[in-house]
Amino acid sequence: MADLEAPQSKTRDLDKLLLRAGNLVGPDFYPGAELRDDIRDYVRILVVGAGGLGCELLKDLALSGFRNLDVIDMDRIEVTNLNRQFLFRQILLLEDVGKPKAEVAAKRVMERVSGVEIVPHFSRIEDKELDFYNDFNIIALGLDSIEARRYINGVACGFLVEYDEDDTPRRETIKPMVDGGTEGFKGHARVIVPGVTPCFECTIWLFPPQVKFPLCTLAETPRNAAHCIEYAHLIKWHEVHGGKSFDPDEPEHMKWVYDEAIKRAELFGIPGVTYSLTQGVVKNIIPAIASTNAIISAACALETLKIVSGCSKTLANYLTYNGGEGLHTKVTEFVRDQDCLVCGPGILIELDTSITLQKFIDMLEEHPKLLLSKASVKHGKDSLYMQAPPVLEEMHRPNLSKPLYDLMGRVQKDTVHVFGTGLKNEEKHSSLTKLRVVFKGADGVTDMDTAIGA
Amino acid sequence: MEREPTMSEPTKTKYDRQLRIWGEVGQAALENASICLLNCGPTGSEALKNLVLGGIGSVTVVDGSKVEIGDLGNNFMVDKKSVGESKAKTVCAFLQELNDAVRANFVQENPDSLILTDPSFFSQFTLVVATQLVEDSMVKLDRICRGAKVMLVFARSYGLTGLVRISVKEHTIIDSKPDHFLDDLRLNNPWPELKRFVETIDLKTPDPIAHKHIPYVVILVKMADEWAKTHSSNLPSTREEKREFKDLVKSKMVSMDEDNYKEAVEATFKVFAPRGISKEIQEIIDDRYAEVGSNSSAFWVMVAALKEFISNEGDGEAPLEGSMPDMTSSTEHYINLQKIYHTKAEDDCLSMEQRVKDILAKVGRDPSSISKQTIKSFCKNARKLKVCRYRTIEDEFSNPSAAELQKCLASEDYSSAIGFYILLRAVDRFAATYKNFPGQFDGGDREEDASRLRAIAVSLINEMGCDGYELPEELCNEMCRFGAAELHVVAAFVGGIASQEVIKLITKQFVPMLGTFVFNGIDHNSQSLTL
Repeated sequence: MADLEAPQSKTRDLDKLLLRAGNLVGPDFYPGAELRDDIRDYVRILVVGAGGLGCELLKDLALSGFRNLDVIDMDRIEVTNLNRQFLFRQILLLEDVGKPKAEVAAKRVMERVSGVEIVPHFSRIEDKELDFYNDFNIIALGLDSIEARRYINGVACGFLVEYDEDDTPRRETIKPMVDGGTEGFKGHARVIVPGVTPCFECTIWLFPPQVKFPLCTLAETPRNAAHCIEYAHLIKWHEVHGGKSFDPDEPEHMKWVYDEAIKRAELFGIPGVTYSLTQGVVKNIIPAIASTNAIISAACALETLKIVSGCSKTLANYLTYNGGEGLHTKVTEFVRDQDCLVCGPGILIELDTSITLQKFIDMLEEHPKLLLSKASVKHGKDSLYMQAPPVLEEMHRPNLSKPLYDLMGRVQKDTVHVFGTGLKNEEKHSSLTKLRVVFKGADGVTDMDTAIGA
Repeated sequence: MEREPTMSEPTKTKYDRQLRIWGEVGQAALENASICLLNCGPTGSEALKNLVLGGIGSVTVVDGSKVEIGDLGNNFMVDKKSVGESKAKTVCAFLQELNDAVRANFVQENPDSLILTDPSFFSQFTLVVATQLVEDSMVKLDRICRGAKVMLVFARSYGLTGLVRISVKEHTIIDSKPDHFLDDLRLNNPWPELKRFVETIDLKTPDPIAHKHIPYVVILVKMADEWAKTHSSNLPSTREEKREFKDLVKSKMVSMDEDNYKEAVEATFKVFAPRGISKEIQEIIDDRYAEVGSNSSAFWVMVAALKEFISNEGDGEAPLEGSMPDMTSSTEHYINLQKIYHTKAEDDCLSMEQRVKDILAKVGRDPSSISKQTIKSFCKNARKLKVCRYRTIEDEFSNPSAAELQKCLASEDYSSAIGFYILLRAVDRFAATYKNFPGQFDGGDREEDASRLRAIAVSLINEMGCDGYELPEELCNEMCRFGAAELHVVAAFVGGIASQEVIKLITKQFVPMLGTFVFNGIDHNSQSLTL
């Protein structure tokens, strides 16, 4: 049933949402060709991860009117990716295994969807300048680790968002994120609007702690195959190999663990150790299929389109999905933790004007809410001290003996960002935290002009 | 210790992440399946993409249309070069590239006409994925597939809404793999060998190491027995009794670091669980299909055997599942306990095997026609069996469930789902009358379309017997705004769900959805309606 009156447009279907007024739409929805063209020409989306979710996200966004995409992923393509990461091939003369995911993914989508520009970044997310993340309107996450999510969350909610005097986030600094995750037949999609909806850190309790076997079970009373495997992996390896670190991607290392696990299992009469299980336990392999990734990514991309355009109401704010036992989707509206260390205005720290930067850094380690060791300190665009790389450490070392008050331009209060190794629930993790520093006994007018950069 | 059998290594590693979910048996079922796709717009294409990546045996794409410029904006499987070409041919070529182990074919024909002119075409397939079909074609295709015993999955994307619906007469599942299921420990109903083993262990042992390495199974069997002796064989049932029982267990601890006793306290709920089989399993063994004849499927023959087992040597219980969860214990106690559970499970399985053979002989079938492996899997999953039955589309349309409609009217959660369900049928009737979907073309009068659509929806509501339902005006207007658009992201979501249901149906693992899944892309308040 072709429309013979007007020439065919590529955006035949999208136009119905973007060019037509609607009833159940966002608060700032201005339908029209200009909206569609602005999305195409000006909106920039960053896709973090080019794996199971990332490949789908790039396709979905490219076919939702977005033309300017970036994708970042530090991994290379492996054979076990091919059952779902559909942009990668291993047929005929096309051998993608071993190549950087971000680069191949970008190339393949650009080949099929003409007009889309995708800039690949084969690098770690931590290696990008914080300002890099500022260039995008929305950040879409297709990550597979809590760590990585925490990092980006810290960047978007902790670093990029600025707060007014009365602790409300300033609209133009808000960088929404859309986050997806999958495991087998289960998944989730959520919308994070920093300062408005809960951030990743606010709802960290949603993620159950990882299974860890008690040491005495591994060492003395193993009962199942997993115990035997972890014994070989965590205890026996170090006994035999001393300082050499175990590399799960090294087949010889994995085979060694498997053989040792078998020996231990035989000793105790425990069945069930297989090579596949060994890999699964040691690498903490998460089973993954194409369909769940497709579903969750589609939900994320749909939300991205809705947030950017306002063409419909958005998800508020967490969608859980379970497709193993029947089909169940549920939307939960989680609420922000007002005291959140990351997306809140920042922990208040009162200091004397005489405190040196070194003393400040030492204090962070003792601070009960932070327990932050090896901190680097940033004040707006200025790095006051950097732990690494050595060249920059040396350059900033003289600052350590200077009063923080002076280094911050003698303002009575301001925001600083500290970055180091934090300790939460006995687990170490790299952490980017915002602090509100207030100097006691400081005189004079607060100079807020030299405030936070970006 | 057995080393693993060798498999063709490359295949094994490519599918590794999904083999960990459905195993080699599930994978083999997928590789032996042939799928027919009707209409290869983005909904159908995305559904098939997921199946092809997973290694489905073969796919046949049926679509009579040619690639248009508008398709470049919503379908990843077509590109500039293919404009003007057969869409089926183009999509088929892309799918073939995704996985060269899959056999991909295409038929350049309009599915609606194929349904009318060549119904026997569908008999060759394991399953048909029918996308973007209107009411009328759905009913006709459903009749054809039911007659030919071909499984059918409908999927539709329409603006920000859509649906997925399975249509199969009956789908029985042995390996249902529920997320959470109580283990089969029989703490309150131990069999003789377990009782004897428990008796050999002395809870009052003076050795502190031994004391804290007694597995909780032993502790709870003893405590349950002690309780039963002083409570005329009843289980703790009231809140006070349960608390009393927990305290009884706690009282046997001699020091604070006894993890086995802590586990026992946490596991007391396993003692409170009723003996015997669940209501769901009772319904299955009471089902009329359990009265087997020569044409009965293997599943029902085994259910008949199960029924006999439960009333005889099972003494009210199904065959023992046989596995034990991990728990604090000395290795020796744990291994010994494991052996006891394994042995009883094996014995129960042997009984079941005999009964299955006898029943097969009785109905005139080859007694060895159901493999030992199948019976073993059945025994292990006997408490988790599932039977899914789906109404025909015709039945649902002509006589929707009054109870389900009541539920929808009563709850605000279901309001948009029932609204979209009605509107998806109403737009088809609109198209049948006015030759296009409401709001499909920019030139048209959208207000007139909206009021026409509303009138059709109201008459459908009356037809369905849903008179109390007030169709929200916003929903009706949005439907006209959508103008039958097939958005890529919605198609990817709906197609993704459809592909997942296909996988569950073909592998016969996990549990397929019941009813019609109605997608709500506005606020994600999607619901399943079993009409």
